Amino acid sequence: MRKLTIVRKAVLVAAVGIPHDEQAFLEYVQAGGQVETADWMPEDYRRKLIKFIEMHGNSELMGVLPEREWILRAPTLQRKLALTAKVQDEVGHAQLIYRVVEDLGKPREQCLADLVDGKAKFHNVFHYPTKTWGDVGVIAWLVDAAAIISQKALLKCSYAPYARIMKKICWEESFHILHGRDVILAMVTGTPQQFELVQEALDRWWGPLMQFHGNPISKDEDPMYLWRIKSQGNEEARQQFLEGYVPQIRELGLTVPDPKLRKRDDGVWEYTEPDWDELKHVVTGHGPKTEERLAFRRRFLEQERWVRDAVLAA
Amino acid sequence: MPALPVPERTPVWEVFRKEKRGAAFEHAGSVVAPDADFAEAWAREQYGRRGESVALWLVPRDAIRDVEDWADEFDLKYRRVDGYSIKARLKEARERAGTAGPR
Repeated sequence: MRKLTIVRKAVLVAAVGIPHDEQAFLEYVQAGGQVETADWMPEDYRRKLIKFIEMHGNSELMGVLPEREWILRAPTLQRKLALTAKVQDEVGHAQLIYRVVEDLGKPREQCLADLVDGKAKFHNVFHYPTKTWGDVGVIAWLVDAAAIISQKALLKCSYAPYARIMKKICWEESFHILHGRDVILAMVTGTPQQFELVQEALDRWWGPLMQFHGNPISKDEDPMYLWRIKSQGNEEARQQFLEGYVPQIRELGLTVPDPKLRKRDDGVWEYTEPDWDELKHVVTGHGPKTEERLAFRRRFLEQERWVRDAVLAA
Repeated sequence: MPALPVPERTPVWEVFRKEKRGAAFEHAGSVVAPDADFAEAWAREQYGRRGESVALWLVPRDAIRDVEDWADEFDLKYRRVDGYSIKARLKEARERAGTAGPR
């Protein structure tokens, strides 16, 4: 007969029991504790949390624009449907994410106003143009892959409502990478021109991809890690990306456009230092497509205001 | 007891979803909507578009009573399986009955 064992988990102090003290809170989250919306949290934590989550929401909303441009130009009906579904998912995720920000105290209207006024940020990759169908494949495969690595690390976020929506988001985005990889595979097994289209797109996107996870600030100096909002450091995420995807890129006969890229004997990937000035320049609103895309958002927010007003007056 | 934030203008609706028949409703998230019909429309999008739910419940946030404090004077050990340690007594009982031996 199987012996019944009850494992007594280490009892974490319930969040309601934490003294309203920054140090106690820090120790609580670093021990793996999570907090809910109504729990006390240090002002700095709340501020940083809002900024981080808001940037994520903005990125989902802005991220659909480069892909949206290709819905009408997709080569097949199936690709059109997949791309449309992907865009639908991203917008839905933006809504989920803004909902979390609202409960933290910043209204959605304010988030959107800050976004279109250039006061809030969104991820670097969404400031660049999509020049060919090759770009669409590279984004859906590699940009989404880079994003999923960050998103998986957020599953353990100390702020529980955000961790919970991340679970939903990760599950729903699982087809996006496959769709991207399928688009790439169709082209690398197609004509030489199609293969070139992919390689050329990769050449242009590699720089932003390497910048995506942010500069290599040490975990112990990163407030997002100290507060356990993020559960991994930037460099850790980038290494995970390289480890997982460089072999997948190379096995297709594609070349990663970094002559210094190599894996050391100790398993660490070496690479040409990304241009951190470019990253800063882009995310502060000076990317090649930033102005155009923000203007697009601004225009539609104004245009659709009557719908929001009508709904809210209901 | 701090309450969940309730926006001044538009109500928040908590969404519960049932994954499959026979399962309990589980809290899935929330939507902001002026009335039940809009709440249903948004909830259908967020929690049903992919065919992932067989049913949804929508509840205005302010209809929910939040309960988080508990009396626990006696530790309630007697209610739990790990609150009982029968090893020593069982050993003694077996020895008395002559049924002790290699298991």
